[in-house]
Amino acid sequence: MKPFAYVRPGSVEEATDAYASRPGARYLGGGTNLVDLMKLGVERPAALIDVSRLPLDAVEELPDGSVRVGATVRNSDLAAHPLVRDRYPALSQALLAGASGQLRNAATTGGNLLQRTRCPYFQDLSKPCNKREPGSGCGALEGVHRDHAVLGHSDHCVATHPSDMAVALAALDARVELHGPEGTRSVPAAGFHRLPGDHPERDTEIEPGELITAVVLPARPAGLPSAYRKARDRASYAFALASVAAVVEVTDGVVAYAGLAFGGVAHRPWRARRAEEALLGAAPTVAAFEHAVDLELTAARPLRDNAYKVPLARGLALDVLARLTASARA
Amino acid sequence: MGSHSHGHHSDVTLRVNGKPRTLTVDHRRVLLDVLRDDLDLPGAKKGCDHGQCGACTVLVDGRRVNSCLLLAVCLDGCDITTVEGLAGDGEEPHPLQRAFLERDGFQCGYCTPGQICSALGAVAEAEAGHPSHVTDPALPSGRPVPLDRDEIRERLSGNLCRCGAYPRIVEAVEDVIR
Repeated sequence: MKPFAYVRPGSVEEATDAYASRPGARYLGGGTNLVDLMKLGVERPAALIDVSRLPLDAVEELPDGSVRVGATVRNSDLAAHPLVRDRYPALSQALLAGASGQLRNAATTGGNLLQRTRCPYFQDLSKPCNKREPGSGCGALEGVHRDHAVLGHSDHCVATHPSDMAVALAALDARVELHGPEGTRSVPAAGFHRLPGDHPERDTEIEPGELITAVVLPARPAGLPSAYRKARDRASYAFALASVAAVVEVTDGVVAYAGLAFGGVAHRPWRARRAEEALLGAAPTVAAFEHAVDLELTAARPLRDNAYKVPLARGLALDVLARLTASARA
Repeated sequence: MGSHSHGHHSDVTLRVNGKPRTLTVDHRRVLLDVLRDDLDLPGAKKGCDHGQCGACTVLVDGRRVNSCLLLAVCLDGCDITTVEGLAGDGEEPHPLQRAFLERDGFQCGYCTPGQICSALGAVAEAEAGHPSHVTDPALPSGRPVPLDRDEIRERLSGNLCRCGAYPRIVEAVEDVIR
């Protein structure tokens, strides 16, 4: 590992100032991914700016009923928080489907969003990877890619985003709050991560020096039925082969609101807008769900060895939609 | 701006098993290496060194974490409990250590310190009302979560045992929560 300087700022402004004054700096949250990537030589920061102890560790309801989650709230605490469990169950379930108890105790909300792909070619310095080293090629395209993307990938990169939490945030219409040299802005969680296109080295829309300060969940004082379901190679402690987060509201016998997102299938959480549009106004029947989900998944372009992901994602979505609307269909 | 930093080293004070320990650490050093190499506490084990096996699990401020992924410089002022600190000053092992012995909760023993620290953290989390992946979502939030076998297995999934002593490990944990 390359030697690096270490600073622990006491405020968000000190943190962004420290970043601006230190070329090659990186923000450090819980470190569960960044420290690992430093050990592998994938990340080689000149300085770490430790933001894990910034006073951003609250989960609070705002006057308008939305819920603001500070960027340093640990994944385990967020999953257990009564506001999250009661109003946004898909978020709690997604967090608990990820990693291990130890890792969730360390990982932060902001860091979870910024974790890098677990593509083995990205993590192996001896292999080509356009994300790690632009222009070097993609080893996975014709290589071992069973775990890789089936939607939205390019010839430059077929990696998937590994976060479970981010999939729930996309389906829930959460927003990501960023603090940077130009001030504060907020972007939709569903648009925070990018598709690879010609620039797979850029995972997100975050600008250099910007710091995630919070995630804001939309006002749902009465909650809405939502759930997360994930398929993986073993029962626990594995990344998603495919997953789905869904929020559905049925009013007067028709779908009045639907938020649907897939995980493990693309370079970002895949918000299924076409499926949502098809669901709106439809009666919550199995046939309507199949029609909507199939409409979304016609865009899938599986690689040589991962076509299984399309029916897997389909089955997960149909199951979750049926479960969330069971009482409305009874 | 944080602790005293000199280029690529900083002074940190860790409270390890109840005793304050002040040392100058290279920023690259993780807690696991500091415990084993600098503080003569080899209980926490280096398995994968990438947060995938759980052999390095210790408690930081009462919460279980992978010490192989925590930079020591980040932990200035923190309370660290390793397997060496569980028995206290007495000769008697901690009840969970006793249960592992009585239930034969290991073969080679390499993962055992991590299993024990992880189980202690997991039991505390359940008592504090933290749900797990297998907890019924209908369970009211804030209440302690009862730990049946499925809960114990899920909550300890971050600790691998390549000897396969899992059934006995689950029994040992069941013994101490009864």
